This record gives sequence, structure tokens and C-alpha cells, in this order.
Amino acid sequence: MSSTTARPALERGESPGRRALRRFLRHRLAVVGLLVVLAFVLVALLAPLLAPHDPIATSWARIRRPPSLEFPFGTDENGRDVLSRVIWGARASLMAGVVSVLGAVLIGVPIGLLAGLSGGWLDALISRIADAMLSVPFLILAIALAAFLGPALENAMLAIAVTASPVFVRLARGMALDARSTDWVEAARALGNPPWRIGLLHVLPNIIPPLLVQATLAIAEAIIAEASLSFLGLGQQPPAPSWGSMLNSAQRFLEPAPWLAIAPGAAIFLVVLAFNLVGDGLRDALDPRADRK
Amino acid sequence: MLPFLLRRLGQILPTLAILSFLIFGLQQLMPGDPAVILAGEERGDPAVLAQIRAELRLDRPIWEQYLYWIGNVLQGDFGWSWRIRMPVSELILQKLPVTAQLAVMSFVIAVLIGVPAGILSATRRDRPADWLANGIALFGISTPNFWLGIMMILLFSVQLGWLPPSGYVPLWEDPVQSLATTIMPAFVLGTGVAGVLMRHTRAAMLTALSQDYVRTARAKGLAEKVVIWKHALRNALIPVVTLGTIELGRLLAGAVLTEQIFTIPGFGKLVVDAVFNRDYPVVQGVVLATALIFVLLSLVADLLYLAINPRLRQA
Repeated sequence: MSSTTARPALERGESPGRRALRRFLRHRLAVVGLLVVLAFVLVALLAPLLAPHDPIATSWARIRRPPSLEFPFGTDENGRDVLSRVIWGARASLMAGVVSVLGAVLIGVPIGLLAGLSGGWLDALISRIADAMLSVPFLILAIALAAFLGPALENAMLAIAVTASPVFVRLARGMALDARSTDWVEAARALGNPPWRIGLLHVLPNIIPPLLVQATLAIAEAIIAEASLSFLGLGQQPPAPSWGSMLNSAQRFLEPAPWLAIAPGAAIFLVVLAFNLVGDGLRDALDPRADRK
Repeated sequence: MLPFLLRRLGQILPTLAILSFLIFGLQQLMPGDPAVILAGEERGDPAVLAQIRAELRLDRPIWEQYLYWIGNVLQGDFGWSWRIRMPVSELILQKLPVTAQLAVMSFVIAVLIGVPAGILSATRRDRPADWLANGIALFGISTPNFWLGIMMILLFSVQLGWLPPSGYVPLWEDPVQSLATTIMPAFVLGTGVAGVLMRHTRAAMLTALSQDYVRTARAKGLAEKVVIWKHALRNALIPVVTLGTIELGRLLAGAVLTEQIFTIPGFGKLVVDAVFNRDYPVVQGVVLATALIFVLLSLVADLLYLAINPRLRQA
């Protein structure tokens, strides 16, 4: 690869991980993105402590109140505090994003490695299945899967995980194909290592940087997908709060209560933007070819 | 060109076959017995259930069900809607023009924003115009388009009262009203794609600008304008056209939520309503139709790639 860019880092005695960290920290927007992501994670974890009100307690006495000191984001059509619901909604969104992408990685990477390392008819079959799944637009496949599985947050996550997995199959397969022709894999094979061992010990560690980038960007997409499914009523079921379903009910009261639509949407936007920034920053930091300055 | 086309078809056919297994397999995930759902009030009557099972061939082995289903699909028969007694293919053909109008309008918007922004940011790399274009693209990609739709309704319909918040008028009935009802959803759909197109255009332009022929053109003393517009852009647009065609297919998926928000009776509304009515044949039909459109568009993209790239023509 590019020995010219690697040499100065090595001379300084810098490990690849440390170099990536240094490059990532230089990327100011990516650091801001990371801080925003961490803030949302904290909000999700500390929801019971942070939320000023019960997110599902309804009250006919305070229906659709505009924002005030007591209810900074107002109250919804059932008299629930919007701020508390946005805070609790972070749990559903982040969990859906992280769990479904983790699922997609766990499904996609082993299958992709298997395809790339074994080659032949198995590779052809796996690649065609991935092609077939990728030829159905992401959201339509997720909607169809969620519809057939039944409306529930777990099913939405499963649907997103399955739908997102072919991307990881392709990524892992491509990296495995690349690695198969390298000297170190050749040597490992010559020593009699079985394919699973080669996949696990020799190929997987090399896939981790691009995998990390792809997974971060996939989380952004998965959060939008979960919000979309919940918006359609196929994700988190009421009264449990989720940003997508909050937007769905907000849409019915746009004229009398426009504030209902602003906070949940802004929350989705912020967290997705933050994950995209982190993903872009990671890509620049982990790309071995790009040491621009 | 012909060998290439044959090779592509050789790749597409197995993909389509596997797709048909997957879509048929969706049925098996379905909770509950379809006969019970269909029987409705009469679900307690075993004779009715048996009759429905026989009619839908649910009492046959699974491979026979598949062969029957795929045989019909190949003849253009996507089955019958359970809710509205109508053939699924007819429903799809009825709704498709609406979504097609929306998709074309948003694609035009996406190209008009995305391509010039990409050129601008590539030619002014690492300068304010580049940052601005990149920032806007990132915003476009990160904004959930259904939220953007709601915000636009809030601004342009509720606050300002300029545009109708929902509804649809066919283009041939009243063109002005038709555009008024579709401009907001088209913009919402278009901005997301514009961000993607901008990034593609920028990357392709940067690659083109670093090529030897651009350096040669500059060395010859050509004006920078000519170098950019005639030499670099023509080459940069080749991958953009291909990727753009595939993005057009992706607009169909984006339309699902957008049509829901603006209550436009298109393809997306069809599938969402079908999901809620548990009208599974329609859901299946829509997935199949979008996949077919998508595969077709990627074939068109390949052909376009051949057509506009003279270097590949004699190969």
C-alpha cells in the first residue's frame, strides 16, 4: 500500500489506532458529532432522572398546552409532557439504531466472509441473494418485513437489521476477497489453518476500520428507518414514546398545536446529523491513503 | 454491446429468481392464518375456512403454492387484493402514474440543486462555497424527509396559506393545481437526493480535475471555463448519470412517507394502507413491482453508461 504516508507515523512510534485517533480529533466537526452522540446516549441512559414528568401520564386538565416554563416543549393531545417524551424517546431511537445495526453486522459479516473466503457456487449464491435484497429499496423492504412480522419495536429492529445486512455482506466479502490474495493469508493457509480461523484471525481485524465507518453511517440510516416505521405505526407502540410516533400524532394537530412537531423531529435530525458527522470523520481518520496535510 | 447486455441479463435473471423466493417467503412470516383473516365474521365456520384455503391453494404443499404464484406473476397476475376486490396489478398500475409524476418532479429538483452544487464545490475546493455546499448536503441527508414535509406544511400551508397541505389533482385535469399539490412533496423528496447527487458530482469532478487531460488542457492555455465545462464535466457526469438513475429508483421508497404526509394517492399510500388493512397480496405486489422497477433502472443505468462513455463502445 502507500508506504510513503505510513513511514512518518511509524518513525514516531505511533500505532495505527493512535494515528487514527489523532486524525479523528483534528476533524473538529466529527468531534462535535461525537459529543452530541454521547450527550444523546447520556440522555437515553438517564431518562428516568432527567425527565421532569412521567412520559405516559395523561391529564385531561392540560391538553395541548403551548410551551411554558413548566412544560418547555408544551403538552400533547393527551396532556403528556413533550419534553419528557422526547427524553424517553431517545431510548427507543438509539436502541433501535444500535441494536439493528449490530444485528445487521452479526448477520452480514460472517456470511460475507464465508462468501469471500470460500468462493465458487456458495459465493455466487450469497452474492445473488444480497443483490436481490439490495434491489428492493431499503424502506419498502423494511416496511414489508415489519408488516408481515407485526407492529412492534422489536420487529421493526429485526426488519431493519435484515434489510441493512446485505451492505455488510458485500463489504465483508470484498475485504475477504482482497485479503485472500495477500501473502499473509496465503501463508496462514499454507500452514494448514482452516477457513474459519483465517476469517476470524486474519481477515476480520483488517475489516474493522471500514466496518466501523459503515456501521456508524448505518446507525444514522437505521434511526431514520425506525422513526419512519414508528411514524407509520409499525414500530414503537403507543403509549410508549418514540420520536417517529410522536410526529405521527403531531401531524394531526398542526394547526392548533404546531409545537408538537418541532421537538421530536429536531431530535431525530440532530442525532442523525451527529452520527453522519462521526461516520465521515472516522472515514477520513481510518483511510490509510488519506494523510492530506 | 450485445454480449454485455446478455451478460447483464445472465446476472439479473438469478437475482430475480431469488427475489421471487424472498417475496413469496414473506407470506410465511405472516402472523396467523390468512384464511381466518379473510373469513372475517365467518371465521368460526370450518367449511368457509376450508373453501378459502382451497381457493388460495393454502392446502397445497409450499412448492406447489410457489409455482402457482410465480406462474401467475409471470403472466402479469399479481393476485387479488383482499380488501378491495381488485387485481393487485390493476391497483399498482392505477397508482403508479401519480408516484411517477412525483418522482420525476423531485428528480428534476434534485438534479437542478445537486449537480451545480457539486460542480461549484469541486471547483472551489476547501473554500467557503465548498463548505457551504457540503454543509447543505449533509443537512439534506440527515433530515428525515417526513419531518421536512411536516415543517413545510406548517410554514407554507398553516402559517402562510400559500399551498394546499394535502390532496392531489391529476396533471391532465388541472396542471396548475396539480403542480401546486405536488411541489412541496417533490421538494421534500428531491432535497434528500440532491445531497447524494451533490456528493457524487463533487467526488467525480475532483477525480476528473486531477486527470492528465485536464492538466494538458490547462497547459495548452485553455480558459479555465472551457477546461471545467468541456473537459472535466463531460467526464465527471458519466458516473453521476449512472448513480442518478439508481437514485430515481430510490425515490419510490422515499415516496412512501412523503405520500403519507401529503395524502397523495400514489404507490406509497397504497402500500401503507395495505399494511394496515393486512392486505398482504398488495404488500407483496408492491415490493415485487418496486424491485422490478429498480432492476430495470439499474439496467438502464448500465446502458446509459455505455451510451455516454465512448471509451466502452468498441469493447
